[in-house]
Amino acid sequence: MTAGTLPGVHEERRASSLRWLVDDSLTIAWRWLVAMVRLPESVVFSAIQPLMLVLLFRYVFGGAISGVRGSYVDYLMPGIFVQTVTFGSVISAVGMAEDLQKGIIERFRALPMARAAVVTGRTLSDLTRNLGSVLLMTGLGFAVGFRIHTTGLAFVAGLAILLLFSWAISWGFALIGLAVRSPETAQLATFPVLLPFTFASSAFVPVDRMPGWLQAFATNQPVSRVVDGCRALMSGGPTVRPVLGALAWSVGLLVVLVPLAVRRYVRTD
Amino acid sequence: MAGEPAIAVHELTKVFARGRVRALDGLSFEAQQGTVLGVLGPNGAGKTTAVRILSTVLRPDGGRASILGLDVVARAAQVRRSIGLAGQYAAVDENLSGRQNLVMIGRLSHLSRRAARRRADELLEQFDLTAAAGRSLKTYSGGMRRRLDLAAALVAEPPVLFFDEPTTGLDPKTRQDMWTWTERLVAGGTTVLLTTQYLEEADRLADTVVVVDHGRVIAQGTPASLKADIGTTVLLVTLANADDAARAAAVVAPLGTHPPTVQGERVEMNVADGARAGSQAMRALDAAGLLVTGLVLREPSLDDVFLQLTGHRAETGPEPLDRPLHPVPPPEPQGVLGR
Repeated sequence: MTAGTLPGVHEERRASSLRWLVDDSLTIAWRWLVAMVRLPESVVFSAIQPLMLVLLFRYVFGGAISGVRGSYVDYLMPGIFVQTVTFGSVISAVGMAEDLQKGIIERFRALPMARAAVVTGRTLSDLTRNLGSVLLMTGLGFAVGFRIHTTGLAFVAGLAILLLFSWAISWGFALIGLAVRSPETAQLATFPVLLPFTFASSAFVPVDRMPGWLQAFATNQPVSRVVDGCRALMSGGPTVRPVLGALAWSVGLLVVLVPLAVRRYVRTD
Repeated sequence: MAGEPAIAVHELTKVFARGRVRALDGLSFEAQQGTVLGVLGPNGAGKTTAVRILSTVLRPDGGRASILGLDVVARAAQVRRSIGLAGQYAAVDENLSGRQNLVMIGRLSHLSRRAARRRADELLEQFDLTAAAGRSLKTYSGGMRRRLDLAAALVAEPPVLFFDEPTTGLDPKTRQDMWTWTERLVAGGTTVLLTTQYLEEADRLADTVVVVDHGRVIAQGTPASLKADIGTTVLLVTLANADDAARAAAVVAPLGTHPPTVQGERVEMNVADGARAGSQAMRALDAAGLLVTGLVLREPSLDDVFLQLTGHRAETGPEPLDRPLHPVPPPEPQGVLGR
């Protein structure tokens, strides 16, 4: 009596498990993107937010903040990019918590799909959404005076660094969502992470204006490193160190957060 | 192959809330291939916990369980290819259409894109959802959701199905349909484990019934043998005066298969031949000069089975902390309004 002879039961094909991970993750990402497109108003509102941020920071703070090299709008755009994708990843937390609460994760867990695909798919859908936001903001940025001072290729590399970082933190937020289980709590739980990292950073103001005790944190924390990397690739200046700093944070976060989130999902106590 | 049970559970234990809730306490049963096993019990008896362990989403603390000979812990990946899950907590994606839900499940069961679409259309047709296929689930009634949930369980045509209280909160029409579909599946060779609080449902569908209380089996057999144990009909007499209840119980006692029970002004008893016992009871009570305000004959309920088996009423309190916080869908309006 072997499993292979039973009706409807096939031997596991280990060679194809990576393909399953890719296929299943894309199916889950498709699920979230379809859900988003089926609610046109949610698409509109999630587009308005980054556009508004660009306009507000450009015109409200644009005149008041000085001491940056070059024009403030050029200084600002990479900061707004990073802030927007960071805030945008919060819905990974809400989405995972909702899935847990509604019981659909129960069905996924009983399906022969790849174990890591539910979280991977969720984070990939956020990545797609963040790509859309960044492209919109770039367009509007150009309209209000943003200019690239490097090359087109360097700018694209800057976007790639930004999106890699957004993907890494989506995993972190998905982990929060899986841990707290309620969508409302998930959203609240992300703020203590979001606010200090996005504001105590080099996103909107130069770090050297902050008090000394804060500078050490603000200089080295991931949001600042990624902003500095993007800024170097988009506005010029020394690139190697900032870019390596940004990559190191993103890769490091992925290495830690991916296994944690997958293990939290798989856990069947 | 023949002889290998489709579902085998042996001495299964599961403890929740750091040992405070003993959901399963040495649960054992078997289901043969191509049959329906009814798992009957009140809320909190451990039915859902058992289904969650069998469908690999929960790990048992002790004992063994297998599907078609495959251990649910050691060979979980293979077990998942042989099972389908449907239940009272319609687990489908609210934000997608009915068709998109089924295609998604098909793709995640590793059907090709084309096969997943074809299967989705087949099932939508079968469950009378074709007209609503493209609509968001938010517009579906409770009955439609439940049908979609069942369809989702059938996408990969698994040989073993778990229906966890499939008709709780459903309107009578959808309940009847659910029963017909289940019978059709079993006729095709599928094995179904059905948990229910309704004896009527187990009676209609199950080949074998296990009665579960406090996480263990307290009785098992065919529905007929279980009902034979408790008599086929319940006679309920309500008296004008509660003080007369004990006397009335003594008067009707010879007509019953079991001794009557008294609660306030109510006397309840199992009888073998309902109509005859009813008219005899009426005459006897009248002759004894007892003022009766009501006399009712009804099918035995799970409560009656419990009363007989355990000597206590089935507790219908809240379920213990044995599943995540799923909202219970609102009950279907009675009748066909929901369609």
